[in-house]
Amino acid sequence: MKVLVCIKQVPDMESRFKLNAAGNWYDTADLAWRMNEYDEFAVEQAVLLKEKAPDTELVALSIGPERVKEAMKKALAMGIDRGVHVQDEASFEKDPYQIASVIAEYARNENFDLILTGMQSQDRGSAQVGILVGEMLGLPAVSTVVGFALDGQVVTAKRELEGGLKAVVKVGLPALFTCQLGLNTPRYPTLPNIMKAKKKELTAIPVATLLKDEALAVTEKVSYPEKRGSGLVLEGEIGELTTKLVALLKEKTSVFK
Amino acid sequence: MKALLVGETRDGKLLASTYETLAFAREIGAEPVMFLVGSDSALPHFDGRLHLADAARYGEYNPGVHKALLLDVIARENPQLIVFSHSSYGWDLAPRLSVALKAAQVSEVVSVVDGALVVPACNAKLRRQVRASSALTVVTLQAGAFGLAAEPTGTPTVEQVESAAAEKIEFLGYEATEKGAVDLSRAEVIVSAGRGIGKPENMAMIKDLAAALHGEFGASRPVVDAGWVEHNRQVGSTGQTVAPKLYLACGISGAIQHLAGMKKSEFVVAINTDKEAPIGEVADVLVVADVKQLVPALIAKIKAL
Ligand SMILES: Cc1cc2nc3c(=O)[nH]c(=O)nc-3n(C[C@H](O)[C@H](O)[C@H](O)COP(=O)(O)OP(=O)(O)OC[C@H]3O[C@@H](n4cnc5c(N)ncnc54)[C@H](O)[C@@H]3O)c2cc1C
Repeated sequence: MKVLVCIKQVPDMESRFKLNAAGNWYDTADLAWRMNEYDEFAVEQAVLLKEKAPDTELVALSIGPERVKEAMKKALAMGIDRGVHVQDEASFEKDPYQIASVIAEYARNENFDLILTGMQSQDRGSAQVGILVGEMLGLPAVSTVVGFALDGQVVTAKRELEGGLKAVVKVGLPALFTCQLGLNTPRYPTLPNIMKAKKKELTAIPVATLLKDEALAVTEKVSYPEKRGSGLVLEGEIGELTTKLVALLKEKTSVFK
Repeated sequence: MKALLVGETRDGKLLASTYETLAFAREIGAEPVMFLVGSDSALPHFDGRLHLADAARYGEYNPGVHKALLLDVIARENPQLIVFSHSSYGWDLAPRLSVALKAAQVSEVVSVVDGALVVPACNAKLRRQVRASSALTVVTLQAGAFGLAAEPTGTPTVEQVESAAAEKIEFLGYEATEKGAVDLSRAEVIVSAGRGIGKPENMAMIKDLAAALHGEFGASRPVVDAGWVEHNRQVGSTGQTVAPKLYLACGISGAIQHLAGMKKSEFVVAINTDKEAPIGEVADVLVVADVKQLVPALIAKIKAL
């Protein structure tokens, strides 16, 4: 079996975001980068499959500048066999449709039995790319998966709905799934595996060779949300903070009554 | 401008979010027509055309068939906009139309400015203004971003729609999460733990604080996913919706899906090391501090009262 896992590198969401010069995305200087959290569940799912069926081939693909190789290395250290880096300095200016069409173009003749993606990225959060890729390739695509069981060529998956409800679905391979938080417990790469990952194959493909589509939407500008919150911000030394907080709770709530 | 609104049915009931698509159409001054896989007995209240596909026949989750039904309606109505809720139904179906129609999709719209669509980015720390270049645009709306000012009224003109399309995904049924003994929706005080507590051992201080305040403890999703707290204490769109007198968010960033479950709380206190954390948007008090230091100090203070 051959599996493709699509991963994105994103900044740590606890960062202070500054705007870039063009005003159409965040400034990438001084950010700490990591693998998109949702994609970690996709990588883990692929590795779990290989543990059961060792002849499975796991390929990870990531689009972006040189630095995305770091996220790729983590995937390789978690157990992915080889990586494909689609080199693109301007991936942030592409819309989900273009990103998906680049992935679909790569995957079209590779005969993957299974494609796994995160259900969304933490920075854009469009939740489109996975399903777009599936539709472009004519594969059945199931989004927001929190349960995945492969039996022969058939997957029984659980889609997460709102309020704790799940939909149980069955689909034959080849197929695509977008992975939701909680699908599994992504492993931490061990030191020996980090060392091994350095020797794994990482192929580079310039994005121009895979990009066939124009953008359907553009980001005109990025800004900070207007502060709606009228809340109080307390800063300072712990003792002082607790005194102030307790006084506020006494004044504004009935919890001590 | 004409907007095709896609309503939602779950377990035979019309979802209230259907009216958020109607509110959006009104806000931008578009003529609304609606598509719904549902039933005659649970029709939305509005005056306009409703293309209704029978849920008993087409199922509530059958993306290939629902796509085919929608494409048929779109061919007849020729809308400029197709509007979904950004829900497990909407974000699953919308991209399928985007590909079939080569139409831009803009996800999780929160507002419209000069004809451009505004969406959140980076856990709501940024806003992105997006303009589509395709003639037809598919949008999904952030839950709760648009709402009708008054109770919906009216009666739609129903047109039945049918399709013979085949489905590659077989829906086997719904599965509900086991409801435990805790019902957070009745709690007057909830102390919730987020990933910022760092490790499972720190749940003890969260529970202690909840006990000191005679309340319950809850958690954000990563804490539940990690197995530190059982799922029936998860607050948010895929957990419980709560409205206590006091909600204390400890090390919770305030993602939209978490806010969806607690923003009706009367008084919200957030303890977070990140002054910019989006929880600040809904917090009455944001205490910029390390939970591991603040919570034990707070417990001591309360006990000394
Ligand atoms: C479809 C869908 C449904 C979802 N449903 C839910 C849901 O029902 N409920 C839910 O909660 N989430 C849900 N999520 C996940 C949600 O998007 C966020 O990922 C999640 O809420 C983040 O949890 P968190 O705030 O605990 O963690 P993070 O976002 O990682 O935030 C941790 C916070 O802790 C702070 N922090 C770190 N260290 C400290 C410290 N020592 N002291 C104080 N503060 C500290 C950080 O500044 C940060 O703000 C859902 C996501 C999706 C896509």
